[in-house]
Amino acid sequence: MVSAVFHSPSATAAESVAAMQVAAPVALKAVQATPTSSACVDAQPGFDWNGLLLTVMPPVLGLLLLVLIWSMVSMATAGSIPTPIDTAKQAIDIFSDPFYRKGPNDQGVGWNVLASLQRVALGFGLAALVGIPSGFVIGRFEFMSRMFNPLISLMRPVSPLAWLPIGLLVFKGAHPAAIWTIFICSIWPMIINTAVGVQRVPQDYMNVARVLNLSEWKIVTKILFPSVLPYMLTGVRLAVGTAWLVIVAAEMLTGGVGIGFWVWDEWNNLNVKNIIIAIFVIGIVGLMLEYALIKIASAFTYEEVKS
Amino acid sequence: MSTETLNAKFIEIEGVAQTFKTKKGNFPALRDINLTVAKGEFVALIGHSGCGKSTLLNLIAGLTMPTEGHLLCANREIAGPGPERAVVFQNHSLLPWLTCFENVYLGVERVFGAASKSTGAASENKAQLMARTDAALALVGLTAAAQKRPGEISGGMKQRVGIARAIAMEPKVLLMDEPFGALDALTRAKLQDELLDIVARTQSTVVMVTHDVDEAVLLSDKIVMLTNGPAATIGEVLHVDLPRPRRRVELAESADYQQYRKAVIDFLYTRQAHVEKTA
Repeated sequence: MVSAVFHSPSATAAESVAAMQVAAPVALKAVQATPTSSACVDAQPGFDWNGLLLTVMPPVLGLLLLVLIWSMVSMATAGSIPTPIDTAKQAIDIFSDPFYRKGPNDQGVGWNVLASLQRVALGFGLAALVGIPSGFVIGRFEFMSRMFNPLISLMRPVSPLAWLPIGLLVFKGAHPAAIWTIFICSIWPMIINTAVGVQRVPQDYMNVARVLNLSEWKIVTKILFPSVLPYMLTGVRLAVGTAWLVIVAAEMLTGGVGIGFWVWDEWNNLNVKNIIIAIFVIGIVGLMLEYALIKIASAFTYEEVKS
Repeated sequence: MSTETLNAKFIEIEGVAQTFKTKKGNFPALRDINLTVAKGEFVALIGHSGCGKSTLLNLIAGLTMPTEGHLLCANREIAGPGPERAVVFQNHSLLPWLTCFENVYLGVERVFGAASKSTGAASENKAQLMARTDAALALVGLTAAAQKRPGEISGGMKQRVGIARAIAMEPKVLLMDEPFGALDALTRAKLQDELLDIVARTQSTVVMVTHDVDEAVLLSDKIVMLTNGPAATIGEVLHVDLPRPRRRVELAESADYQQYRKAVIDFLYTRQAHVEKTA
């Protein structure tokens, strides 16, 4: 069918094929990709320039405002904060070769970001492995919930960096201590959200399970897990956000390779341009992590769960 | 006990009372409930909101246990919920992450599949289970929507899937908790007609909670009227001897139908005129 559309010289034939292929989206795409088909030309009568302008303008204005304030601060500090243009030039220089290695303390920004992401992934992954099952247990059993809630309430408000010395002492190394810090800061949102999700499984669904007399395995896979998933993913998202906040601070203290260490290193070199670039890099990576997780979460959230 | 008496007393409720423990102390919801339901009988429970209709249904379903008294189904004490007493819930309670087919299949698999070995029935293979599911969806006219998720279909269709899920399990008793309460009048009428058809075909025993007088008279053989809560009990039982099959349009002009309707309305609005309690 697809090839038939591709080779069809007459536009009317392509249109009739397109009309009957509502059920075959792959083939429909093929039609739209075919330049000879007239169906796709008619599909967009008059491009919505006004709409595009309204969508693009506010964020662009916001960015311009940022650059404006930045320039003013730069002028007011007589150049000790570099101008946006100087910083942009430096950024082009840095990003033209992000993966170089000149000794342990002088590596490209790419390596630094990857090192930080690796620590976050490890610490966060371990936290998910421990936190999500714990959340299920705490949510499912009233006893467990009452047993652990005071502990969680006590430890959650503690700044993760306060745990860093404990990590250094126990693991006797900067790298595992940083991972430990990420672990401890990202575990709480996952435990709490998963537990809340389990407690909020609608009673109706549990009644269905009881009437159908479902096995414990079916209850977990068909009812508990799907209805907890959106809550769990919210926990995961909060956890990743916190982890990315904390890794920068942790690396400043532990040193080695990593975006946080890079910021500190450039401060010691008094290379302010690189610090500003690092701030942008941290922001953009954080934004991408958040965006990816929101996408995943919305794919697993069903209409009835949202309300 | 002979089959005849068993058939006449298929569900037996003896001296049942239900008291809920609340923060303000005990709340008596039901008292002195005595009721029998014959096999193949359609019973409607009617009363003002808050009178404990749903509480009584939940007791028959086994979702809650009575504080006093006994409930028997087919001469066995109701000790918990189970697929032989299928429930059609008020808000359909379909699992939103499963398709309509999967929602129905979940129950079918449990009752007739490999997991049913404890019940002694021979377990059926997957094709048979799927055929049962398809048949149930066809019965409620939803074959076309089988692969859709509940979020993609209308309220009336969701309620039909709920009915299909219950019927597919071939329950001894079909329990319905205001199944059409959330639907608009036209959809409700259509589903009532379909339910009449289905019940006539499957010879099901049905207990249905409703607050709709016309629905009760149209569908049931017996209307059980509950007094106002708290501590509600059965005020009156009305036997509806209208011939079946019943047709909505013909009944509207029937004097008998009007008589039954008036009897229920008298009970609800004259003798049990609802007083809103602030407590």
